[in-house]
Parts: sequence; C-alpha cells; structure tokens
Amino acid sequence: MTDNNDNNLFGRNFSRRDFLRSTGLAAGGVALASMPFTFAIGSERVIKLGYVSPQTGPLAPFAAADNYIIESLKQVLKNSINVGGKAYRLEVIVKDSQSNPNRAAEVASELILSDQVDLMLVSSTPETTNPVSDQCEINEIPCISTVAPWQPWFFTRGGKPNQGFEWTYHFFWGLEDVIGAYSSMWGAMPSNKVVGGLFPNDGDGNAWGDQKLGFPPVLAQKGFQLVDPGRFQSLTDDFSAQIAAFKKADVEIVTGVVIPPDLSTFWTQARQQGFKPKAVSVGKALLFPTAVEALGKAGNNLSTEIWWSPTHPFSSSLTGASAGQLAQGFTQATGKQWTQPLGFVHALFELAVDILKRTEEVGDAHAVRDALLKTNLNTVVGPINWKGGPVKNVAKTPLVSGQWRLGNDSKYDLIVTSNATAPAIPLGGEMQAITY
Amino acid sequence: MEWLNTLLQGVLLGGLYAMFAVGLSLMFGIMRLVNIAHGDFIVLASYLALMVVNHLGFSPLASLLIVVPLMFCFGYLLQRLLLNRTLGTDILPPLLVTFGLSIIVQNVLLEFFSADSQKLSQGDLEVASVGIGNLSVGVMPLIVFGSALLIIGGLQLLFYKTSLGRAFRATSDDQHTARLMGVNNAHIFGLAMALAMAVVSIAGVFLAIRTSFDPTVGPARLLYGFEAVIIGGLGSLWGTLAGGVILGVAQTLGAKIDPGWQILAGHLVFLLILVVRPRGLFPRSVD
Repeated sequence: MTDNNDNNLFGRNFSRRDFLRSTGLAAGGVALASMPFTFAIGSERVIKLGYVSPQTGPLAPFAAADNYIIESLKQVLKNSINVGGKAYRLEVIVKDSQSNPNRAAEVASELILSDQVDLMLVSSTPETTNPVSDQCEINEIPCISTVAPWQPWFFTRGGKPNQGFEWTYHFFWGLEDVIGAYSSMWGAMPSNKVVGGLFPNDGDGNAWGDQKLGFPPVLAQKGFQLVDPGRFQSLTDDFSAQIAAFKKADVEIVTGVVIPPDLSTFWTQARQQGFKPKAVSVGKALLFPTAVEALGKAGNNLSTEIWWSPTHPFSSSLTGASAGQLAQGFTQATGKQWTQPLGFVHALFELAVDILKRTEEVGDAHAVRDALLKTNLNTVVGPINWKGGPVKNVAKTPLVSGQWRLGNDSKYDLIVTSNATAPAIPLGGEMQAITY
Repeated sequence: MEWLNTLLQGVLLGGLYAMFAVGLSLMFGIMRLVNIAHGDFIVLASYLALMVVNHLGFSPLASLLIVVPLMFCFGYLLQRLLLNRTLGTDILPPLLVTFGLSIIVQNVLLEFFSADSQKLSQGDLEVASVGIGNLSVGVMPLIVFGSALLIIGGLQLLFYKTSLGRAFRATSDDQHTARLMGVNNAHIFGLAMALAMAVVSIAGVFLAIRTSFDPTVGPARLLYGFEAVIIGGLGSLWGTLAGGVILGVAQTLGAKIDPGWQILAGHLVFLLILVVRPRGLFPRSVD
C-alpha cells in the first residue's frame, strides 16, 4: 500500500509528507519574519480558483450557464477578495473536460501542478466530478464538487462510509431522494400503481434498478408493482419488447433513467403501438428544456426530478438575488431558458468565496480545508454544511419533482408538482395525468 | 401474436438499417471506399433538415426536397475534391481521411448547433398507427420501409437499365478497362458518392423523425450499416435490404428474450453469417 500515508492527518499517522510541509512552512515563516520588507515588495499573492466542467461534447448542456455565472462573479467581486482584512486578487481558471473523464483528470492535474490553485471546483456528472476529485485527493488540494448524485461520486471512488475522504467534498442529492420524490408524486395521482422500468445497462440504470439499493425495494414497500423487462443497451433503435411487456402488465406509470435519444425512440414507438401510460417520470433525458421541446407536443406533462428551480425559496449569499432573479438574469443576458445546473454552479462559487474569505492562512491547503469543514452557508440551492450528511464529505440539498407544462409560446416550463420530500419548496401546480 | 408483433417491428426496423447501409454498399461496391464518416453524414443530413424545417417552415418530409439535392451536390464535390485523391491501391488513406472527416463533422456540428438534443416532429403522422388484427403498427415505420423498397428498386433499375448504371458496373468490375472504354472514373465516382449521399439524407431525416439526435450519435449508426452490408453480401442492393431486415429482426427477437440481448443478438447473427457465409448471403462482386 502506497496511498495510505495521506489519510489520518491528525491521528498518530502524521505522514512524512505532512512533516516536511509543516516544517518547511515553519522555516519559511521564520525566514520571512526576519525580512518583512522583501515580502511586501515581492509579487502580490493571487488567490486562484480552478474550475473544471464539460463545456464541449455530449455533456455540454450541463455547462451552458458557466460563462454567465463566472462573468457575473467577476462583476460582483471585481476580481478581488478580502481575506483576514487584506484584499487579494482573485483569479478563476476555467478548464474544459470535453466530456471525457481522462481529459478531466488531465486538466485537473494541470490546475494543481502548474497553476497551483488554492481551491478546486468541479461540476456535472460523475464523469467529470470523479476524476477531478481523485486528482485533488492525491495531490492534497481541497475540492468541492456538485451536480452528480452522491452515491456514484462517493462509492464509485472507493469511499468507505466510516472513513470518507480527506480533501474532497460534495454537495447534491442522492438516489434515495429521487425514489422518494417520484413515489410521492405518483401517490398523488389515481392509478393502478403498476410501474414499468426503463433501466439501461450503465452506471445510473444499474443503480436505479438495483434489487437492494434502487427502486424495487422502496416501490414494493409503498405498494407499487414494478415491471422491469431488464437492462438494455443505450442508443437502442427499438423498444417494442419493453412496450409489449408494459402493455401486457397493464403498466400506467413509466420510470427510468435514459438518455434523450432513447426516450424519444421509446415515446414515439409507445404512441405508435398504442401504449398510453398516465405518467412518465424519467431522469436524465428530461433534464433540459431543449430536450423536452425536441419532443414537440408529446413532451407535455412528462415528469422529472427537480434539484433547483426559480421558485425555490432561497437566495444567493454573494449577490443577494433570489432564485427567481438569478434565473431571470440568466435569461436576460443569454436569451436562453433557465436550466437546473444554473443554481448549482452559482452555489459552487458562493461556497468558494465564502470558504476563501474564512481561510486563516492564505496559501495553506490545510487552512482552506479547515474553513471548508466549518462551512454553514445559505446558498441559492439551500443551506449547505458538511456536518449532517449521509456519509462524511457529502452535504445534501433538497429534491422535489414536477412536470413539464407546455406554455403558450410552445416553450415548456418545469413546474413543481410534488414537494412531500422537501415541504419548504412551494408547489407550482397539481400532478396531472398525461392526456392523449 | 406477441411474436408476430416482434417480428413485424423487426422487419420495419430493418428498413431503416437497410437505408443506412445502401450508401455504404454503393461506396464500397463502386470505389472500394470504406466510409468511416457515414454515420456522421447521416447526422449532418438530420441537421440540414432541421435548419430547413426551422427557417423555411417545411415539414420534415417536405424538407427532403431541399436536403436531398444539397447532399447530392455535397457528395459529388466531396468525392471529386477530396476522396478521389485518396483512392489508389492502398486501402488505408481513404480510411484515415474519412475517419478525420468523422471527427471534423462532429465538431463542426457541435460548434454550430451545440450539444442540445434535437428532433424533427412530423406532427400527427409521427404517432399515427394502423391496426392489423390486434397489432398496432406505426404509419411512419411503414413509410420508412416503403421508401427503402422504392429506393433500392430505383437504384436497381438505374444500375441495370441505364447507360450510367452500365458505367457504374463497369467501373466497379475493372476501373482500368472502364477508363480505356472512355469512362471518366473521377466523374463516375463523384456521381456514386452523390447518389450515396442522397440516400443518406433520406435515412437521416427518417432517423430524426424516429428519435432525437445530437452531434455525437453518428458512429453508433455506422456499425449497423456495415453489418447490414456484410450480411447481405457486398455489391448486392437487395441483399443489403435483406441484411437490414435480418439485423432488425435479430435485435427485436433478442430484446423479446431479454432487453440486454437486443444489440448483442444483432452482432451475434452478423458473426454467425460471417462464419457460415463469409461473403454474405447474396454476394455479387467477385473480389
């Protein structure tokens, strides 16, 4: 084992690396104290934030709001940040993962080793958050990640619930929240409680369909009957088999976690073959308004989980803007409809600024990490602290669910229709069955 | 009844696969060109149709009136200006160039259209269905299958009843002798690519009505096209249709047993035919 010397920093296993670092710091401190003027004349200390997200490639819609958020951050902070009564220049270095996990790891190590960032931020899907978090853990740089359910972030990286990680922290919801949000949404609607599952053979599909940790046990407990024809390969051209199985079992509710092309193939074929469920609640494929618009009128009343919306009763700690104002500002600046990552990416930078401001010693990764651990911030996605999470290193945000409703201008709005899992978030309407 | 439905859906899916494959079959049959960018050209055609639909207000099927001629010209120019220069005794240069084209097409589409998934909506026709007994069959898949029959029938006539077809076949059999007889190979190749692209554009529009697409879905379609060509036998157009249908039926039957078997079943049938009849079911070309 070569990687165990990074754990247990405060325990008896105080590692050789830590020893060298702290003695080095002490020696440097002594040297600096003896010549304070050279320090003042030397180049100013810049605080650097590294940010990795998938700006190109198939995951690009997740990063669509990044530019807007970073620009507005610059306007608010004027590129400077106050730490311990002293103003430092703040630099945000943004890198594109190109939707590729290898590339994500590469740019993360660049940010750490050549740019020497003080804090790493990363968002959007386990394909991006995991490699970047791993790099930070190895190189002992604090890292905050978001927009990936916490289980694939924590367990896929080999996290052990009682041990956790030392340098990497995450905030988002988990699988248990989706299951809760979906089942309470279906409970609010009259149906025969027969649910059909579309679970692809990938990380998400296997987790959702898992016999122990996924949908099956919870649904059984809540009185739903699950029809699961089996795992399929993504980018399938034909869903006749699933449709036939659903029709045979008289399924009235369809759920799953599929990519947009698979949902449209399924939905087109279902209607061609006379399968008419009352509710279709799907993760991933129905996340972005453009994907729902692509379905035309057939997107009306399809449902999905909602992590953030303009109606969430939270506001930004940076700008003071409410969730609604943030979404409005984005639409005014870009002409695009709000998307859910908007709130989370904004919250990511809220956290970064808050943590850096509270850092006791600029340039010390341990000090940044200690400030991170003490975080208790009300962000635009809700209150965040890393004390009460399901496992160490994870902070949970509230999750509700809702439906896409067709507006007058053939644009879709996402409306909260079930808030049993987070009653603080106001309802936007009632759950409606899909009409044909 | 359930099995009959499975079989029928498979045959109809086969029509779409055959259309993916016809273009490949033409390119390989006439100029021995393996086009790695084929799937990306299908997606390119879908985006062209999307532009026509959005800007001119055409329905997706009507957009074919503009997209097909555009892709026809694109194919001709592509062959004359670029691909002809790569053809020779070595099979590697065209392979590499089309591989490069695949990456270029994907990234250009990403630059102009972003990664948002798109779909063409054909209104009520898209979900219309006809009842046969107690089976419910979509009208769109029937149209797709019918178009595949028409296209292949039309190409068959072109190849065996016209002087252009004779030139195609002659070039396919022996380029050098064909040139001695006064056939302009460069032009013939250009026309073959143009025809292939015209078929590709029809396949692209049908695909875009069936499912949603984004700049990166092309390569996945290439594989089915290849398999259909190989199953049917190189150089045979009707064989290509048979190949597509066999692939489609194998997939739906596999899915009927277990959805995890769907795509695998298609590949297994492909391998099986490769073992039993290495030159496909209805091979025409001799080499």
